[in-house]
Amino acid sequence: MKDLTSTYMGLRLRSPIVVSACPLSEQVDNIVQMEDVGAGAAVLFSLFEEQLRQEMAAYESVLDATSNTFAEALDYFPGLEDYHVGPDQYLEIIRQAKARVDIPIIASLNGITDAGWIDYAQQMETAGADGIELNVFYIPADLALTGTEVEARYLDIVSRIKTSVSVPVAIKLNPYFSAMGNMARRLADAGADGLVLFNRFYQPDFDIRALKVLSNLEYSHVNEIRLPLLWISVLYGKTHASLAATTGVQSATEAIKYLLAGADAVMTASSLYQHGINHLATITQGMEEWMEMLDFQSVSQFKGVMSQQNTIDPSAFERANYIRILGGRK
Amino acid sequence: MTTPTRNNRIATIDGNEATAYIAYRVNEVCAIYPITPSSTMAELADEWAAKGIPNIWGNVPEVIEMQSEAGAAGTVHGALQTGALTTTFTASQGLMLMLPNMYKIAGELTPAVFHVAARSLAAQALSIFGDHNDVMAARTTGFALLASASVQEAHDMALICQAATLRARIPFLHFFDGFRTSHEVSKITLLSDEQVRAMIDDELVYAHRHRSLNPDRPVIRGTAQNPDVYFQARETVNPYYLQLPAIVAETMDRFSTLTGRRYQLLEYHGAPAAERIVILMGSGAQTAIETCKHLAGLGEKVGVILVRLYRPLSMQHLLHALPATVRKIAVLDRSKEPGATGEPLYQDLTATLMEAFSEGRIPALPKVVGGRYGLSSKEFTPAMAKAVFDALKQETPKNHFTIGIRDDLTHSSLNYDPDFELQDETMTQALFFGLGADGTVSANKNSIKIIGENTPLYAQGYFVYDSKKSGAKTVSHLRFGEKPILAPYLIKEADFIACHQYNFIEKEHILAHARVGACFLLNSPYGPETIWNELPRPVQQDILDKRIQLFVIDASKVARESGMGNRINTIMQTCFFALSNVLPRDEAINQIKKAIEKTYAKKGQAVIAQNFRAVDAALANLHPVDIPDQANSRKEIPPAVAADAPQFVREVTAMMMQGKGDELPVSMLPADGTYPSGTTKWEKRNIADEVPVWEPDICIQCGNCSFVCPHSVIRAKFYHGTRLAGAPAEFPSAPINAKGFPETRYSLQVYVEDCTGCTLCVEACPAVSLTEPGKKAINMHSKASVLERAQQHIDFFMQLPVNDRTRIDFSLVRGAQFLEPLFEFSGACAGCGETPYLRLLSQLFGDRLIVANATGCSSIYGGNLPTTPWTTNAQGQGPAWSNSLFEDNAEFGLGMRITVDKHAAIARDLLEKLRPALGDELVDGILHAPQQLESEISRQRERVGLLKVKLLQMTGPDASSLLSVADTLVQRSIWLVGGDGWAYDIGAGGLDHVLASGKNVNVLVLDTEVYSNTGGQMSKATPTAATAKFAAAGKQVGKKDLAMQAISYGNVYVAQIAMGANPQQTLLAMREAEAYPGPSLVLAYSHCIAHGINMAKGLDQQKLAAASGHWPLIRYNPALRQAGKNPFILDSPRPTIKLKDYAYNELRYRILAQSKPDEAAHLLKLAQEIVNLRWKTYEDMASWQSQDFQPIA
Repeated sequence: MKDLTSTYMGLRLRSPIVVSACPLSEQVDNIVQMEDVGAGAAVLFSLFEEQLRQEMAAYESVLDATSNTFAEALDYFPGLEDYHVGPDQYLEIIRQAKARVDIPIIASLNGITDAGWIDYAQQMETAGADGIELNVFYIPADLALTGTEVEARYLDIVSRIKTSVSVPVAIKLNPYFSAMGNMARRLADAGADGLVLFNRFYQPDFDIRALKVLSNLEYSHVNEIRLPLLWISVLYGKTHASLAATTGVQSATEAIKYLLAGADAVMTASSLYQHGINHLATITQGMEEWMEMLDFQSVSQFKGVMSQQNTIDPSAFERANYIRILGGRK
Repeated sequence: MTTPTRNNRIATIDGNEATAYIAYRVNEVCAIYPITPSSTMAELADEWAAKGIPNIWGNVPEVIEMQSEAGAAGTVHGALQTGALTTTFTASQGLMLMLPNMYKIAGELTPAVFHVAARSLAAQALSIFGDHNDVMAARTTGFALLASASVQEAHDMALICQAATLRARIPFLHFFDGFRTSHEVSKITLLSDEQVRAMIDDELVYAHRHRSLNPDRPVIRGTAQNPDVYFQARETVNPYYLQLPAIVAETMDRFSTLTGRRYQLLEYHGAPAAERIVILMGSGAQTAIETCKHLAGLGEKVGVILVRLYRPLSMQHLLHALPATVRKIAVLDRSKEPGATGEPLYQDLTATLMEAFSEGRIPALPKVVGGRYGLSSKEFTPAMAKAVFDALKQETPKNHFTIGIRDDLTHSSLNYDPDFELQDETMTQALFFGLGADGTVSANKNSIKIIGENTPLYAQGYFVYDSKKSGAKTVSHLRFGEKPILAPYLIKEADFIACHQYNFIEKEHILAHARVGACFLLNSPYGPETIWNELPRPVQQDILDKRIQLFVIDASKVARESGMGNRINTIMQTCFFALSNVLPRDEAINQIKKAIEKTYAKKGQAVIAQNFRAVDAALANLHPVDIPDQANSRKEIPPAVAADAPQFVREVTAMMMQGKGDELPVSMLPADGTYPSGTTKWEKRNIADEVPVWEPDICIQCGNCSFVCPHSVIRAKFYHGTRLAGAPAEFPSAPINAKGFPETRYSLQVYVEDCTGCTLCVEACPAVSLTEPGKKAINMHSKASVLERAQQHIDFFMQLPVNDRTRIDFSLVRGAQFLEPLFEFSGACAGCGETPYLRLLSQLFGDRLIVANATGCSSIYGGNLPTTPWTTNAQGQGPAWSNSLFEDNAEFGLGMRITVDKHAAIARDLLEKLRPALGDELVDGILHAPQQLESEISRQRERVGLLKVKLLQMTGPDASSLLSVADTLVQRSIWLVGGDGWAYDIGAGGLDHVLASGKNVNVLVLDTEVYSNTGGQMSKATPTAATAKFAAAGKQVGKKDLAMQAISYGNVYVAQIAMGANPQQTLLAMREAEAYPGPSLVLAYSHCIAHGINMAKGLDQQKLAAASGHWPLIRYNPALRQAGKNPFILDSPRPTIKLKDYAYNELRYRILAQSKPDEAAHLLKLAQEIVNLRWKTYEDMASWQSQDFQPIA
């Protein structure tokens, strides 16, 4: 029996394999199944403040169009007193999940206003979330916005929420900071208990026949692990924040790579969509077989052994590595 | 909504809620059917039951919606017979359908109370508004009739009736004035549970149960009786009726002991030695009493007897109430009984007084006259009440008079001084002009609650709605004061007026309702410095003459900037509180914020903070306006209709459009309810801020935009290029997109002043610019920027010739756009899913169309005055339309078919008879004319025209007779139109019979899957898992498959269509249905505001409805069966999406998913299985052989 335990943001995980934020967690039964097949924790689907606002606006627009507008029909819908566009349903899932599973439940939040970030984070904590993952899904499309201002925004969100809740807080990052390492350190200094690498940004496509923008998102691919792999390797041991890897985890192979790089947790969602929630067991089994093959007894034995600081040739993660790759292609 | 609790002593609620509150608590069963204005009572009962709120015995009443009021009454009867305490709520035609059972219930001495929001009956026209004609039609049933005059009384009398019926065993009809009381929001004292409990004697409940049908002690009830005993048996009930008044009086006394509120059967108010009195019942009595007090205060010897218990009318109580000094009496009836010697209350009172005199119980007879007032919620004001008192000063007062109208026909009306008012300086009166959709009424209801329930002040609210469903204006009448408000009539002069929509001020004399020194709050895009110069001259003059204080706020801007989007109601409400002085300003703002916190508590601090910001921003942006010394504007309020409108439109319709219909004298109105067609075109409502603009260079001329337009504002024509000579600048035109017509041009014209801005056309447009992604061939633009030019373009476009129907290919959507719509600019909701089908119907068959229209949305936007949308072509031909009732539409339409067939047969016989005179060629031409193609119909019209010319020159009865029926020789298209409430529920029996008749009628069911017109009640078309009123927990049973029912007859053409999913199939089905010589049933999916969707996405939802299999597109054509082919055609491809991907775009489904996710998931799974099963059935049928279907004779 291998020791798969890991510690992520101070949370004790029975396995480093964690389900990342995705709609599968909208069903509490799925969360129970995730636990049953070995998940170390579950990050719930994201609560989007903007979406709640849009839903509320749409709801109010429908109500305005249908309330007290015509003598014969002063309203149309029964039971609206129980209908609340807001975080209630999300919070209820936290409560139900906490009642039914023992693994940590991490709520995921995407806010747009200061009040929204803090309000919802506090409500998540009150509902029983073991941690909160901040999903800063933010495109600085305003060309007047400087990098410094963007960074300040991230830091501000983290520090505000850290002062508002007592559960650990992780932030899911995009990789496009000029100085990713420095940014990671500053986020940790601002109070982030965990850094999740990386957010897959909104990457639109075009329909060239209808001349429309398409906003569909495809499943992540194993090839996409390289960028997070690089930064986890670089950051391992250099920040007091926990590190979580996400993107491209299709099998035990990618999970092992991330752990070797230094991840405290490895997250996957696309593979579960493609192969079902039971695929978590396959990944775990594959990891155990690999540990058996290499005679590792615990995850802690190999976590970070391939990180930049533990590698004999640290420059392999820097420019020389890049040059070597280019050279190898010649 | 109140929730019945123990200690909720004060409430600001309307009469419906006040009544239902009690009725719910003292009954075990409610069997109902929705009908305005009573629907709310039943809906509340259902909501309370859904929440598990118990009655006073601790059990939750069973509430069941039936298929009609007849069904509800039958259920009530059965429930009563088996011992349940049972009630129902109804009005008007609904009460008419209950009459047969009411005789039974009364005849069997069954305790029950029916609560009625009294409403007009459909006679020369339907009216949803209040009078006593419905309850008067029930006065012979044997029910006791007891009237309430106010919201508080409705609450109290509901209990008194229940207590009395149990003791007396005579059922009660408890009624109050529809709208005036049912919809007036008033501050009342609620009865506590203990008080309710104390009034109901459980022993009487047990006695009722003991009389029930029970196989353990069986009896027979409902026998058939013969001449030997029926008569005597009828007389057995007399003692019960004789003792009833005493029972009610004693019950009222007990009530008084418990509550301190004292009521009498016939209650006298006024001078102790009155000589002139008025007797009446209902809310008008309050007006009469208050007026009487005023006159008595001036020394006039006047009085009022308020009648509560009308049937049985107690002579003893009448004489007790009647001062001995009375010399003259005016009895006012809120009803009309044509041909009678007087209205019912008048008749009963005169008979009673005569009887009293005959028996020597009074020494002399006073002079008694009767009058009518307040029909269909016509105002009854203190001025009118005074006129009645004044009329009694005459030595021989006018009898059978009317008050409140000007009858210049039979001169029945009394004159009155409209300026007479009862002054109450302690009361604040406020008027609010808003749009239905801008939340003005909702905010005002909230204000009344805030003030009524949090301060010692009394409050009253009454709300007047437009007759249109889109862009409708609302006027809120609010009164606040230190004393109970006894003024059941509209505000004539207000201390505070708010105009929430700037453009109203440019259209009508809003300030005509302002008192001298009033405060006027205007939502204005112009600031305090510039607003004066923008106001029309009459508005400026009113402000100067009445020394009005003007305040402005740009509420739309404040709303946007404070994150409220386009929601201005909180902002305007804040301004009202800040300016009106109803409460001290700080306290008022504090109360608003408390209300916001309560409303949004569950939505989080962010939302509350946003609303608070809006409140603060409202105060910061509210500005007083310095008023100059004189008016300087040249703007006038424009005339309601164009000068070239027909005389009737200018003189009658325009008055109604301006809100001056009350001023129309009797002689101006048609005597038989017949009105001219096509009047909406004169009412340029200009309700859209944004309108579609056509891009000729991008357009592919597919016709989709005009095909889906609910208001027929998009018209297409093709014409020779030379016609463009003289066209106004930039008149849009393009070469027609068809080969072989190089000189033919195409134009698409948007009638921007009639457009509602729904954007369905933009959604339907498939053409996009190749250089400007996102730009389509039709796009929304600000109307202000295009209006002037568009008006010129429309004028020119209308001069272009209407395309010849015989040259148009009807079979394609592309061709249908050139057919002239004869249904246009209706008042339906913006983006309505029903009206495009009606427009198409009018385009295809309009010039020979007769429509029987069931009551419902389509009869309201199709026939509600002042203007109606069914119109005519240049030849004066067009749809002839009528609405009979809700329940009888299939039969009504069948009658039309039978007449047409009969008259055509007569015409054919007469043609043969007159053959020698008319000539073989003409007679044979007419008799043997094919009339399938438009060209064939056109030629038949010519032949019939020629026939009529010849007949006019002939003499003799045969020629005259043939002339009178000759029009029927051109094939008529008979369509029976209605919603699912009619087709699936109340009219289902009739529809079934008509379809089975084999007659050539076409039925178009505009299926919104819910009762739309009355506010979203469940019908048998409501699908599984959707919520609706009476299905708050989600509809458990599957939607009735009406298509399959009809198909089972074999000889009925059946189609299920959804224009948004497949317009071509819609077009095909409509044409096939009409062409089929037997009965046809077309079920048309109609998206609706009752679905809880963004109406701009209605067509998308139609697509998804079909794509999910919820609404498969099918056609069943018996003609194919006769031709040996499979008659069942499945026009939809296999479902490509799950039901939830369609359903959860709609609030009606999402409500359940939000509130009861597990139940929603269960029902959705069930609904998906139903969809799958039905699809499989349809798919199987589509692969059958012809002989697998029922043979046709």
